[in-house]
Amino acid sequence: MELFKYKKPIPLMAKAKIFFAISVIAVLASWALIAFKGFNYGIDFAGGTLVQVKYEGKAPLDKVREAIKRSKVFEGASVNYFGSQDEIIIKVRTSSKKLGTDIGDEARKLLADTGKFEVRRVDMVGPKVGSELREKGLMALVLAIAGILLYVSFRFEWRFAVASVLALVHDISIAMGAIVLFNVEVNLDILAALLTILGYSLNDTIIVFDRIREGLTTVKSAKLADVIDESVTRTLSRTTLTSLTTFFVVLTLFLMGGEIIHGFSFTLLVGIIVGTYSSIFIASPLLMFMGFDVEKYRHKLAEKKRREQEKEKLRAMYEQGTV
Amino acid sequence: MKLNYRVLIFIAAAVFGLALSVPSIFNTKGPKITLGLDLQGGLHMLLGVDTDEAIKSKIKSLASAIKYAADDQDLIIDDFKIHDGKISFELLDKDDMPKMDAILKKMAGIAVQKEGLKYTVSLTPKEIASVKKYAITQAVDTIRNRLDQFGLAEPTVAKQGKDKILVEVPGIKTPQQEQRIRELIAKAAHLQLMAVDEERASRVNQMTPAEAAKYGDVILEDAQVPGRKYLVKEVPILDGSMLTDARVAFDRNNQPVINFSLNSQGAQIFGDFTGKNVGKRLAVVLDNKVYSAPVIRERIGGGSGQISGGFSVKEAHDVAIALRSGALLAPVFMEEKRSVGPSLGADSIKASMIALITGFLAVVLFMVLYYGIAGAIADVALVVNLFLILAIMALFGATLTLPGMAGIVLTVGMAVDANVIINERIRELLYEGKSVAKAIEQGYANAFSAILDANITTLIAAVVLYAYGTGPIKGFAITMSIGILASMLTAILGTHGIWQMVEHKIDKRNLNRWFGIKVAGGNA
Repeated sequence: MELFKYKKPIPLMAKAKIFFAISVIAVLASWALIAFKGFNYGIDFAGGTLVQVKYEGKAPLDKVREAIKRSKVFEGASVNYFGSQDEIIIKVRTSSKKLGTDIGDEARKLLADTGKFEVRRVDMVGPKVGSELREKGLMALVLAIAGILLYVSFRFEWRFAVASVLALVHDISIAMGAIVLFNVEVNLDILAALLTILGYSLNDTIIVFDRIREGLTTVKSAKLADVIDESVTRTLSRTTLTSLTTFFVVLTLFLMGGEIIHGFSFTLLVGIIVGTYSSIFIASPLLMFMGFDVEKYRHKLAEKKRREQEKEKLRAMYEQGTV
Repeated sequence: MKLNYRVLIFIAAAVFGLALSVPSIFNTKGPKITLGLDLQGGLHMLLGVDTDEAIKSKIKSLASAIKYAADDQDLIIDDFKIHDGKISFELLDKDDMPKMDAILKKMAGIAVQKEGLKYTVSLTPKEIASVKKYAITQAVDTIRNRLDQFGLAEPTVAKQGKDKILVEVPGIKTPQQEQRIRELIAKAAHLQLMAVDEERASRVNQMTPAEAAKYGDVILEDAQVPGRKYLVKEVPILDGSMLTDARVAFDRNNQPVINFSLNSQGAQIFGDFTGKNVGKRLAVVLDNKVYSAPVIRERIGGGSGQISGGFSVKEAHDVAIALRSGALLAPVFMEEKRSVGPSLGADSIKASMIALITGFLAVVLFMVLYYGIAGAIADVALVVNLFLILAIMALFGATLTLPGMAGIVLTVGMAVDANVIINERIRELLYEGKSVAKAIEQGYANAFSAILDANITTLIAAVVLYAYGTGPIKGFAITMSIGILASMLTAILGTHGIWQMVEHKIDKRNLNRWFGIKVAGGNA
């Protein structure tokens, strides 16, 4: 089967400014969402307690709400279905430090006559731990980006590094925007998803960049736009196919992985789409906007090659014993 | 068909992967993957330690040591008090000062202030720091001991960070069991034998704690009879640190009691005290509650005693465990707790297995449809990759968590990426009219740097994730890192070897079957 047969370069760079404008708007909108609406921090980061209860048959939501009203511990608690109508989740922003009897035990007592049920999960995160996790999470993001910046600068050129990191910021921003927009609860697994997006989208970008690096020496035109067009077009099939296979897999995770992994897979889905888009339409044009000069680069390469050849020549002369 | 080193390595990897995955999949003997608490169910707790309490009790035991030494040498001291973390007392006789100084000199980590005959003893800052540190390590040991004696499957107790303790107990079946474990951990198990202040005991019900403190006394409640109070000397005669053993026994009425024995120093102190105080009451205090206060009839030698008072057998058993494994110098409190019931864990495994299998099948099918035999070869690499991940995880005893499962599912999606890149390169070269052998060789060569760079950057992200993540995220980072490394081996080396084995069989007219393409004019 052939879906993307390479015929001639698609003139993507001619329209770069349009895509760019779209992305800038999307990123700004995401930032605005994050700033004004803010993340819906789950208990991992905000602290609090979560009790997951599975009933035999449909969960009596009203009865549960009524029952937990009797306790002060559950003041301001929210009760919702979780995944199916049999299962509910009770969430409250408070946490208890007591080891002896905890909120889970309390919940079991309060719910005693609401029906037959099983407490399947009790998560409690104290406020201190929550803020520590938040700091650590942010630290992880920053460090990962710094590491990538270093590696790409070393393997490519600084403009490539900056472009790939900007593309990353773009992807992560939009993914975060989507998280805020769809009110996905931000827990540790969402952080894991964001970091995966980071790896994935970078993966995509690097593969395109690798082709551009190759194109710089093989494509005849000295215009960067031409080099990029050809390189992007040649990697288009790979980019789309890989994204497609990964997308399949994550989609099955989203559809069949159960409620508990919903936020995680949702974030990944958004990330895959945005990451694929950005590696094609955003990362490469950034190289252009940063004034990457093909002529200069080729000159530098030629210069390097010349020096190496000279060294070779000198060495050969020494080895023959004549100077 | 000729074997080459690439295929041999690939076969070795496949055999290794299959052999080491078997124990995990079929539950046979051998190294197995440990399931995370989120998958098998269990209790995960992050505990904080209230180290200030450890300082307080350190000062208390320091006070009883001073008092004992002073009594031993017949020094008469007055106004003995603990206030604001400091011990203060006054000597009555000036001639006793050298003796007192000698006693204090022998004690480490204290600072002494003198004002006439008035002494103030406090802990040095260095001592405070080391007591706090010790309180945490001691708490880790104590909790571990208690859980070990409780007889549960492989609990983990470890210090985390500077001042936290991570406790993980897998295999908990019921909430009641979980609660019992939490209570066992939380039990301070602080045993004290204290003298009842017989002079003032009759007024205990009218006394305020402040008034009691003035006499160097404290008011403690009875463990069983609510409202019954005792007035006891604040400085204990001895505490649980001199305990060597504690066992459940039964008294004449077949009620469970706890027999304890003391070490030689404790036995001596106990003997001396009981000898001097016949006719007075001795309060057996556990965690600041009085369990019994028998009247001393005679000197008790041999250094053993009994705690009685309305325990259930289970309770007595837990108290004995707690006493045996030592008191918690500092109380612990909950910073984070996650408990997952076994049924939820099983559901999570089921759901992610379904996702893994369907996702896997979709990718396998797609590759064959799109690339023909080349796709099938990539699929073989993918299968081996999957087993390799399991095998390596089993070998290192890594923990598989729910996000870890997601990591494997994701690896399936990303592992074919290397082969997609390679196959695309090969197709390109074939379109250009290169021979099959050349297209394969150059395809691999051209794709290599892209795959390497892409994987290393992803690996960087995974390593950072591992370093900064906790629990489930660490699990995710582990599976992803192993997946990336395994895919380098299977997708680059393995498939290359297979091609080298079969490439001379490829007919250029059959490119559609092998690579899923029709090359115009490719009828060479």
